[in-house]
Formats: sequence, structure tokens, C-alpha cells
Amino acid sequence: MLEIKGLTATIDGKEILRGIDLTVPEGEIHAIMGPNGAGKSTLSYVLSGREGYEVTGGSVTYNGADLLAMEPEERAAAGVFLAFQYPVELPGVGNANFIRTALNAIRRARGEAELDAVQFLKEARAAVTALKMPDDMLKRNVNVGFSGGEKKRNEVLQMALLKPTLALLDETDSGLDIDALKIVAEGVNALRGPAFSALVITHYQRLLDHIVPDRVHVLAAGKIVRSGGPELALELEANGYAGLEAA
Amino acid sequence: MSGTDLLDGFDLAALPGASAREAASARLRAGGWPTRRDEAWHYTDLAAGLRGFALGPAPAVEVAAELPEGQRVVFVNGRFDAARSTAPDWVGRLGGAAADTARGGVVVALNTALAEDGVAITLAPGQQGGTLFLVTLAAGRGETMPAIAPRHRIALGAGATLTLIETARGEGSYLHAPVFEVELGEGARLNHYRLQDESGEAVHVATIFAEIAGGAGYESFTLNRGARLSRNETHARLTGPAADVHLNAAQLLNGTQHGDVTTVVRHDAPDCASRQTVKSVLAGAARGVFQGRIEVDRIAQKTDGYQMNQALLLSDEAEIDSKPELEIFADDVKCSHGATIGALDPEQLFYLRSRGVPAAEAKSILIRAFLDEALEPVTDEAARAVFEAAIGAWWREGA
Ligand SMILES: Nc1ncnc2c1ncn2[C@@H]1O[C@H](COP(=O)(O)OP(=O)(O)O)[C@@H](O)[C@H]1O
Ligand SMILES: [Mg+2]
Repeated sequence: MLEIKGLTATIDGKEILRGIDLTVPEGEIHAIMGPNGAGKSTLSYVLSGREGYEVTGGSVTYNGADLLAMEPEERAAAGVFLAFQYPVELPGVGNANFIRTALNAIRRARGEAELDAVQFLKEARAAVTALKMPDDMLKRNVNVGFSGGEKKRNEVLQMALLKPTLALLDETDSGLDIDALKIVAEGVNALRGPAFSALVITHYQRLLDHIVPDRVHVLAAGKIVRSGGPELALELEANGYAGLEAA
Repeated sequence: MSGTDLLDGFDLAALPGASAREAASARLRAGGWPTRRDEAWHYTDLAAGLRGFALGPAPAVEVAAELPEGQRVVFVNGRFDAARSTAPDWVGRLGGAAADTARGGVVVALNTALAEDGVAITLAPGQQGGTLFLVTLAAGRGETMPAIAPRHRIALGAGATLTLIETARGEGSYLHAPVFEVELGEGARLNHYRLQDESGEAVHVATIFAEIAGGAGYESFTLNRGARLSRNETHARLTGPAADVHLNAAQLLNGTQHGDVTTVVRHDAPDCASRQTVKSVLAGAARGVFQGRIEVDRIAQKTDGYQMNQALLLSDEAEIDSKPELEIFADDVKCSHGATIGALDPEQLFYLRSRGVPAAEAKSILIRAFLDEALEPVTDEAARAVFEAAIGAWWREGA
């Protein structure tokens, strides 16, 4: 279970998160919607431990552990995965090597045996096929020369192989056509289960047709201003965010 | 140190071929060690690096080492070690003294004045030499600083091929100043791979002259990771049409190490290509230097020259000096050069760490990725293994 209580955070002294309260029970998927600049990406970065953010108040626990006290790699070992809104290019680093290094680092941190290259490639190829990605995806350098859509799919590929228990998806659907969107949704739905939970940040109802959320929250100006069931997404789609800041 | 002190520790008259050494030793005495006032040495102050050290002849010593399997030539303190070498019959030795050469400056003069030994490789036209290891070991254990100055000669006949993998290692304080004279006949190919992994107290100043005939290829990669002060100076001359040269290098330096990669590529024939990718990773208060000059003669039309020099600074105290120079006298030429200086990208580091990769490992992955382009042409598996091991060790020893 993810529990965020009264979370406030600043960048360069500017307050971006202004007291976030949010609980995601195990097995649930919650959507976060909200206007540009509301602080959605900031929330996902603070949860995954990116530098440059100062947490000025509140707490975040995941399965009882103080998430904010952990290094980013420790959070990953604890099951946290961020699908970046803007995935990062790593020239000179092969994609398969990158994902295997990550997987084995997580396995080491958990005291599990590492996967050898052959075992890993078998799993990776199966995931590439299941996600209907081109075969050379694993051979190329991480995100280098990838189209916007390929970068997003590569995030989903990493997620499929690292098998997190808490996935944070930051606008993974932006810029995707409907087929790619379905692939992303399948990637998330494949992980769904009693121990898996996710925060799905999106602007569009259409993703939520395929990943049906248990709850929908609206983040505006650094605060959760409304929460509801899946029908809230439909209402936002129809009426926009107007007036919500005041709510 | 004044010019006359330089050779005080040596009895040159007692060396074989004393007369051949005279002109060079006279030049050395007259000039003294280069200082920053010498343009070619502006960024590397050899005089300061050797000040306070009394140079002397390199004594015969034993140095233990793990040796590579296969064809190998072992030199200890500049002397051929027959017992530990497994040299094929086309490998000989320098006899007597090295011929004087007008090429090069004071460091080459020092080598000519002192050279007593060295490998002499001669491949007949069409001969395939396979892979040969050149293992140089050194030790400075006494009061004086041994001056180790071998003269190596590598001559490949037309169409001959060789992969030469050189590793330079040692212990204590010494000066290692090898000179390589490389001559490639038409269509010959030499892969010249060099790992400079000298003792942290050593000074390493290598000079390589390569003459490359038409259609021949000189493929070189040097990794500088040892020595407190090092310089690798390569002069490559493309003498016939459609020849090509790769002068790639990487430096991994920390503490107060100083590493210098200097290249001069001379295009004296049309349709030749030269490629240089030099990468420096500098930690602590390390200092890197890259000087690269491309000279294109009037007749060298259709020259394709490329030079890229990049530095990754891992600390605020680290520094790189870079000086690219193009001298082009032909009009139909494609020459490009570029230089970048940067730090590790925090976005890339966070991306790796967010996937579970610990910070130290994430840094090593990014550093290895940074070096990739320079290492790319090194396709020989044995050479790759040597360099990957050296890069891995550098990282483990704490960059
Ligand atoms: N590095 C930064 N420095 C200063 N302000 C930033 C930085 N990153 C984001 N912000 C600001 O924080 C606010 C929230 O940004 P963000 O979390 O990216 O919003 P969202 O993802 O909801 O569109 C915006 O006003 C944005 O301009
Ligand atoms: Mg955002």
C-alpha cells in the first residue's frame, strides 16, 4: 500500500506540491488527471527519488517503509517503477544490457540469483513479441533514435521485465496512436494482481477505457482537489478542469 | 636542471655504436628537456615532471608478471627477456644502436642516445603475422630513476597483416621513453593496440612514427591509465593513395595524473582517410591534454579527415586542454573536427538509478558508454579483453 500524507515539496524554493494526501491500496490502480503544470510529474519524481526536489513536509510510505528515506535504486528494489514522461537517451548503452543490468541489480538487492544473458534474452524476446515491438528494440542503444512512441513502449518493455509492484506511469499514453495505446494498457493489465498497484497519470479518458482505474483523482495547483470513481474521468473529459482549483 | 646534466648519469662511450649516439646526445645536451616555452610541449611540462630526479641507466632486474598466451615478446627494463618470450622467427631485435633520425624532438634524441634494445618486426609481403603481444615491464627500485629507451621497428611488406597488442606496466619510479618506427607497405594492415598502465610514479613518453603506403591501413588505439605523467605522440604520414589511419585513444586519469595525447597526421597522397576519436575521463585533479594536427598537402585531394576530442570531467578540479589544428593546402578536401567537455548527465544517472542500478555502477556504465566510440574500431577479441579489463580495474580502484 502506498500512503502519501500531507506531502509538500519545492523546486528552487518554489512550492510545487502543496499538501498531497493519497492512499493507493494493494491491488488497486488509481488515475491522476489534471491541467499542465499542476505538479503531476513532480509527484512522480518525488516518489521515485529524483534529485532537485526538496520535501518540506509530509510523509510517503510504501508497504510500511519510509520511501522518502530511500535512494532511487533502493526504491526500485522495493518495487517502485517510474515510466518517464520523457524517457532518457543513453548513447553507447545497449537496451538489452541496460535492462538486464537493472534486473540483476534489483535481484542482487533482494538476495536473488542473477539471470545469465541467455535466460534474460529468452524472457526479453518473449516480452518484445508480446508487446508487438520490432525485434531490433533490444539491440539498439537505449532510446537513441527512437520515435516518441517507441520510447514510451520501451518504458513499458522495461516495466514488463522488471515486474514492479508499484508502477508510476507519467503520461505514457501521450503521443501514442490507438494501437500503441492498447499495447501500453496490455502491459499494465498483464501486471495487475493483488500485489500490484499503479498511479496512472494521464490527460485522456481513452487510456482509462483500457486500464480501468479503481479511483480517479484530480491534481490541480499541487493538491488533490477531487477524487471519485472511473466516472469522474468521463466528467472531466466532458467539462474540463475549469473551476476545479476552487473546489 | 641544465642541459648538460641530462646525461650525466650515463657512460655513453661504453654503449655499442657510440658514434651513432653522438649527434643525438649533442642535441639533447643543447636543448635540455622541453618546457612550456616549447610550443609542442606547452601543455605538458616535461622538465618540471623530471626535475629533482637523477636519471641513470636501467639496471637488469626481474619483474614478475602474468603473461598472455600465444606469440609474445617480453622486455624488462628495456631488455629483451628471451626466457619469457615466445617470439616467431620474424621477430628480431635492434642490434647495436638505433639510427639517428631527424624526426621528433628531444625525447626522440634521448631515445637515440640511449637505445640498446628493441623489437624488430619484419613481415614479408603477404605474410599474416596474427596476434603478437609486446609486454614491457619496468622497475625503478634504487636512488636513480632508470631511463628505459627501447627503439622498436615494425616493417610490414605489401599486403602483410599484424595485430600488435602492447602492454606497458611496472613498479616504482622510472622513465619509459619508447620510440616506434612503423613502416607499412602497400595494402598492409597493422592493428596497433597499446595499454599504458605504468606505475603511478613513472613517466611515460612514447613516440610513434608511422609511414603508411597506398591502400595500407594503420589502425591504432591507445589507453592511457597509468604513470604520473604521460605523453603519447604519434606522427602518421599517408604516403600513397587510398591509405587510411585510425588514431584513437582514451585516457582514464585521477589524482594528480597528467596525460597527453598528441597526434600529427600528414596527408601526402590523394584519397586517404584519417580518423581520430580521443576520449578523456578525468577524475580528482587530473589533467588531460589533446593536441591534434592534420596536415593536408597540396596534392592530397579527396582527403577525408575526421577528428573528435571529448572530455568527461568527474570533478571540479579536473582539467582538459585541447588544441586541434588543421593545415590544408588542397582544395577538394573534407575535414571536420570537434571538441566537447562535459560532466556526467544527472538525468542519465537518475534514469539508471530509477531502474535499480546503484549510483557507482550507473556512473561506470555511463563512463564506459562515453568511451565506446573510441573503442569501437577495436574488433580484435584479445585486444578488447585487455582494454575492458583495464577499464574495469580503473573503475574498481576508485575513479
Ligand atoms: N526544474 C524545475 N525548475 C523550476 N520549476 C519547475 C521545474 N520542473 C517543474 N517546474 C514547475 O513545477 C510546476 C509543476 O510541473 P510538473 O510537475 O511538470 O507539472 P505537470 O506534470 O502536472 O504538467 C510547473 O509550474 C513547472 O513549471
Ligand atoms: Mg508532466
